[in-house]
Amino acid sequence: MSALPHLLKKEFRQIFRNKAMLPIIFVLPIVQLLILVNAADFEIRNINLIVEDLDHSRTSRELYGQFEASPYFRVVGAPATTREGLDRLDHDKATVFLRIPAHFERTLLATGTGSLALDINGIDGQAAGLSSFYITRIVADLNRNIVVRERKGALQTAGRVQVKERYWYNPDLEYKNTMLPGLMVLLVTMVGLFLTSMNVVREMEIGTIEQINVTPIRKWEFIVGKLFPFWVIGLFELALGLTIGVLVYRIPVQGNVGLLFAFAGIYLTVILGMGLLVSTRTQTQQQAMFVSWFFMVIFLLMSGLFTPIENMPTWAQNITLFNPIAYFIDVIRLVLLKGSTFSDVSRHFGIILLFAIAVNVLAVLSYRKRAA
Amino acid sequence: MTPTATIVADRLTRRFGSFTAVNAISFEVRRGEIFGFLGANGAGKTTAIKMMSGLLMPTEGTAMVGGFDVSTEAEQVKRSIGYMSQRFSLYADLTVRENIRFYGGIYGLKKAVLNERAEHLIRDLGLDAEADRLVGELPLGMKQKLAFSTALVHDPAVVFLDEPTSGVDPITRRQFWEMITAAADRGTTILITTHYLDEAEYCHRISVMVDGTMAAYDTPSAVKSTLGVHTMDEVFLKLTRTSP
Repeated sequence: MSALPHLLKKEFRQIFRNKAMLPIIFVLPIVQLLILVNAADFEIRNINLIVEDLDHSRTSRELYGQFEASPYFRVVGAPATTREGLDRLDHDKATVFLRIPAHFERTLLATGTGSLALDINGIDGQAAGLSSFYITRIVADLNRNIVVRERKGALQTAGRVQVKERYWYNPDLEYKNTMLPGLMVLLVTMVGLFLTSMNVVREMEIGTIEQINVTPIRKWEFIVGKLFPFWVIGLFELALGLTIGVLVYRIPVQGNVGLLFAFAGIYLTVILGMGLLVSTRTQTQQQAMFVSWFFMVIFLLMSGLFTPIENMPTWAQNITLFNPIAYFIDVIRLVLLKGSTFSDVSRHFGIILLFAIAVNVLAVLSYRKRAA
Repeated sequence: MTPTATIVADRLTRRFGSFTAVNAISFEVRRGEIFGFLGANGAGKTTAIKMMSGLLMPTEGTAMVGGFDVSTEAEQVKRSIGYMSQRFSLYADLTVRENIRFYGGIYGLKKAVLNERAEHLIRDLGLDAEADRLVGELPLGMKQKLAFSTALVHDPAVVFLDEPTSGVDPITRRQFWEMITAAADRGTTILITTHYLDEAEYCHRISVMVDGTMAAYDTPSAVKSTLGVHTMDEVFLKLTRTSP
């Protein structure tokens, strides 16, 4: 007779009786998915813009009109002087200050070039970059219009190159579609890593581990008994996340959900193994929590969820090769948004399987050492 | 080896680096005997118990517990012993009944046997009303009595009790010793460590450990008369004072 069923019964009972764990399992995912998805939106709209028009020409008014029509900008005023404009920037009344110099149109028509002055609040670097990008696009449109207007006739139809983007797999560049799968990975990982490491350490903290060690329970039975409940809970979180994603956010599910769960199943063994590893190196739940957080933050920032991995320096990209979260985020996006099949993600499967074996062998070995 | 001996230690030794915690102790405990393990803190009692219960490998020497060698047959040893440590060993977030069933279950008791023993045990402890309450809500004395009963639920040949009565009130201590005596009468071998020297009088035989060695090993009265003293306190002081 194996002791495992008794261990599992005990673990599930303790988990569902733990007043701290239940909210983490049920409330955290819902809050995270309902709030974070909407908050972690990188698209920037309604940038507060002030325009000082010293030209008062047809071109300057056209430019002004285009900013007013753009969904990205909200024209919140026209300062009388440059000084007043910069003041407003200083007092956070505006984020972008555009100055159209006097004789802008005349210079433009005479020499073919004109310059605009742009002051952007750079505290949020990402937002500033994006503002600059949007403005450049609007000005490019203006340029084109001027060319068309001034050289009526022949040139109008001749060789005008226009870029028309089409975004594959996420046609509307909907941020929710890329954020939500990533947040689901985050959720599964957090629950797996934190709860496992804390649960194992808890047994040491209250001293019952010694009692368990004098029973004929084998090490593997104890470890499986500790990890399996969180494996189930991790998969439950994924199912919950997918349900919220489909029902609330209508994220596309192009690929096979079974494939996703198969990957998640292996991925969770990596995370649970890490949790076990953390628990063998710590004595209290607080320590386990801090160590888990440390790894979590590194994994998260280097996961490609917030910063595309392609934008990282090479050394950082090399580190992400060892980041299990990065692989899961990749797979969940590929399967959900692109409809990738097993052969497309077989490399991910192979790597995560290697991680699973390596981490768990290491965890079991160091667990033995401790108890010996 | 005496035919009825359930614990036989032969020059049992444990070293941690250059420190010798237990230095070649040899003794025998008979079936149904209550054997007291006395000694100051750090004298090596807990280390000795850990070796005999399969938690710690002996550096040298052997110990046979319930007929099994602790060095090579740790699994069988673990099946035949019960253990109650100085730290509270039941799960506070499980009920009385769940704790008993869990510990019985991991020793492989059949469901029917397990249920019967659990109910029997709950009745004996007078815990019928508390059977479905969380163990954490019970008073300390009751917890310790429950922990002792739970350590016996799989009917082990030997029970190791590591300071089971520390922090317990005198009445509960008395009841606790009644339970120990009853278990010994049923044939269970008891090895107990304690700080309460009056409790040593309840033991059939005692050993006093000083710096990892056994300074005395006999019945309480024989130990006292050998040393020419009248109380266990005097035995303890006389033996432990000789060490620096």
